[in-house]
Amino acid sequence: MRARTRTARRAVVLAAVASLGAGLLAGCADDGGDDASDGSSSGSGKGKTTITLGLFGTFGFKEAGLYAEYEKLHPNIKIEENVTERNENYYPALVNHLTTNSGLMDVQAIEVGNIAEVVATQAAKFVDVSKISGVDKSNWLDWKWAQATAKDGSTIGLGTDVGPMAICYRKDLYEAAGLPTDRAEVAKLWTGDWNKFVQAGEQYKKKAKAGTFFMDSPGGLLNAILGSEKEKFYDSSGNIIYKSNPAVKTAFDLTAKAAEEGLVQSQTQFQPTWEQTIANSKFATIACPPWMLGTIKGKAKPEDAGKWDVATAPKSANWGGSFLAVPKSGKHVKEAEALITWLTAPEQQTKLFKVQGNFPSAPSTYTSPEVTGAKNEMTGDSPIGTIFAEAAKTAPVQVIGPKDQIIQQGLSDNGVFLVTKGKSAKEAWETATKTIDNNLDK
Amino acid sequence: MATRHDTAAPPVKEGGAAPGRPPAEAAQAEARRRDRLSRRWQRDIRWSPYAFVSPFFLLFLAFGLFPLVYTGWASLHQVEMTAPTDMTWVGLRNYTRIFDDEFFWNAAKNTLTIGIISTVPQLLMAMGLAHILNYRLRASTFYRVAMLAPYATSIAAASLVFVLLFGRDYGMINWALHFVGIDAIDWQNDKWPSQIAVSTIIIWRWTGYNALIYLAAMQAIPQDLYESAALDGANRWQQFFHVTLPSLRPTILFTVVVSTIGASQVFGEPLLFDANKGASGGAEHQFQTLGLYLYEQGWVNQHLGRASAIAWTMFLILIVVGIVNYVISRRLRASS
Repeated sequence: MRARTRTARRAVVLAAVASLGAGLLAGCADDGGDDASDGSSSGSGKGKTTITLGLFGTFGFKEAGLYAEYEKLHPNIKIEENVTERNENYYPALVNHLTTNSGLMDVQAIEVGNIAEVVATQAAKFVDVSKISGVDKSNWLDWKWAQATAKDGSTIGLGTDVGPMAICYRKDLYEAAGLPTDRAEVAKLWTGDWNKFVQAGEQYKKKAKAGTFFMDSPGGLLNAILGSEKEKFYDSSGNIIYKSNPAVKTAFDLTAKAAEEGLVQSQTQFQPTWEQTIANSKFATIACPPWMLGTIKGKAKPEDAGKWDVATAPKSANWGGSFLAVPKSGKHVKEAEALITWLTAPEQQTKLFKVQGNFPSAPSTYTSPEVTGAKNEMTGDSPIGTIFAEAAKTAPVQVIGPKDQIIQQGLSDNGVFLVTKGKSAKEAWETATKTIDNNLDK
Repeated sequence: MATRHDTAAPPVKEGGAAPGRPPAEAAQAEARRRDRLSRRWQRDIRWSPYAFVSPFFLLFLAFGLFPLVYTGWASLHQVEMTAPTDMTWVGLRNYTRIFDDEFFWNAAKNTLTIGIISTVPQLLMAMGLAHILNYRLRASTFYRVAMLAPYATSIAAASLVFVLLFGRDYGMINWALHFVGIDAIDWQNDKWPSQIAVSTIIIWRWTGYNALIYLAAMQAIPQDLYESAALDGANRWQQFFHVTLPSLRPTILFTVVVSTIGASQVFGEPLLFDANKGASGGAEHQFQTLGLYLYEQGWVNQHLGRASAIAWTMFLILIVVGIVNYVISRRLRASS
């Protein structure tokens, strides 16, 4: 009896010590938290306000030296970025934080594919950036500004970059197939009509170098065609029209036709095999926003430098681009507003373009020598700056909807892709629409 | 602690009370004190164990039971991840529609087939490996550790390697098959090849783990059984079938149950094997498991209510599987 009690007592003491210890640890952790969030305690950040940015992928602000520059201009500010590698992981977490109103950074980035959903469901959680002093709406492309604007007129984010689309092609492969190689003549092959683009592919296939394909993937082609439509999956009043919209069906059927004829390789973009195929020079054509040049540069063999060129797309389109937004519940709303205003100003967008290749969403920069004189290693001396600027200016103001990504992915991965596996266009359309409807059904 | 030193003091003997106090009163006070102490002891002995186990149950309440109940509640509503507090009561609709949700049943079928083509060869191979390792081998510790290495590897890293190996155009497996005259197989987009590929990752990961369990059980089999079998003229194979296997029966049952549960929850391997980085398990959902379908509904499509209903249905299926396992194992035990 006695022995047991003594053990019990010892345990009580242990428990007390342990809980005390835990309390102390928790106390320490709390202190640490304060340190990180307002930087008011001792250390290097003394007296400074720390602004945190939640980003995904590579925005390049740090790489372009913009944080350092801003900190120099504002000695009382310290900038910290918190980067998630993939938007697929970043976005659900952002939605979670927004709905629970916790864990938010002072600045949150939003990808263009998600902006419509955020605008439609979470606009009230963000500062209206159009009311920030010093923000001039006319600095941005109209359609870029419109994408982040809610029905009630408030705008939730400032554009960082856009993805005006052009067509990248291999000069050597085009030459071997008897197609023109000069970028003006290449563009003439298909000006104004995606049908002509597919016809150019048919022409390519006749004399193509063995083992090469006119285009990389059905998903890439469908994406390019749909990107140049004003309305694709939603109408301007927000109704889902993807099944009845003739533009979508036409794009789908045209892509399916190209897949049936073997003009596109049976691949999905950004997967390892696709990257290896770029390295092995098997794709003659890729739909190409400026950031795709970076992908090609990263994957292609160094000896392929200069073998690529860029031609204007059949119709202007946009693919990609992000926004910076300030959640109202942030700790340093005023400072964050000032920071994003500065980061997205035309001068800074130009610097970002020079270092990272992110194409500016500020049209005033399109005539600046930095943009017009831009060059890319893979595409030799092509005037990529002017080609992309022209595409950016003429891209349609596209109606984007909250579930665009789900619909787009369904159409390409569960749809046109199947045609390359021997399914008919009709079967592919049925599989795609069934999948999409199931995914949209709440 | 200091305040309770007195409880450790020896009980006061008759006449040993402090001077100046009448013995009767002292005895009474002593009795009261002992009474109080014993009550305290009793309470201590009675309740302290609960206090000691409480951390587990508090954590279980917070991270086990609450999510379970909340998921059940959410499954009766239409609720989106973009607004989790905005719930609309829909009753059992999320459950009833599962009955004619072809994607759910497709996922259930895939879970079953992937479960079979991964579990059966896995356990057979594990048994074989364990049998070999049970012999006297040089560097046997090395082999035993090596077998556990796949289990210790993260699924993410392993799956990425397997995606490269199973590549259609530049994968090593198709390259090897090419030499024996087999055409390139589209491991990712054809139904059975993709399921076999996913199963391969699972087999690779868990075979060593199960082999070690079998090995441990084999080493507990008394050596005399083998000796007497050998005296009776049984060869190695006969020894394996008539001595080893019967002795391993409880262990085999255990691994079958654990593997079945594991197979019904397969998630990471098919998710990472998917080229599209989505959760649809291939263009035609050809290797979408139930776990993956649940993830797709909840996280990709943001339908929390539907995802919760799928989770609960999976839970109920698991219970059924558990009961079937239990019945079979009881039958087996009774027959032995």
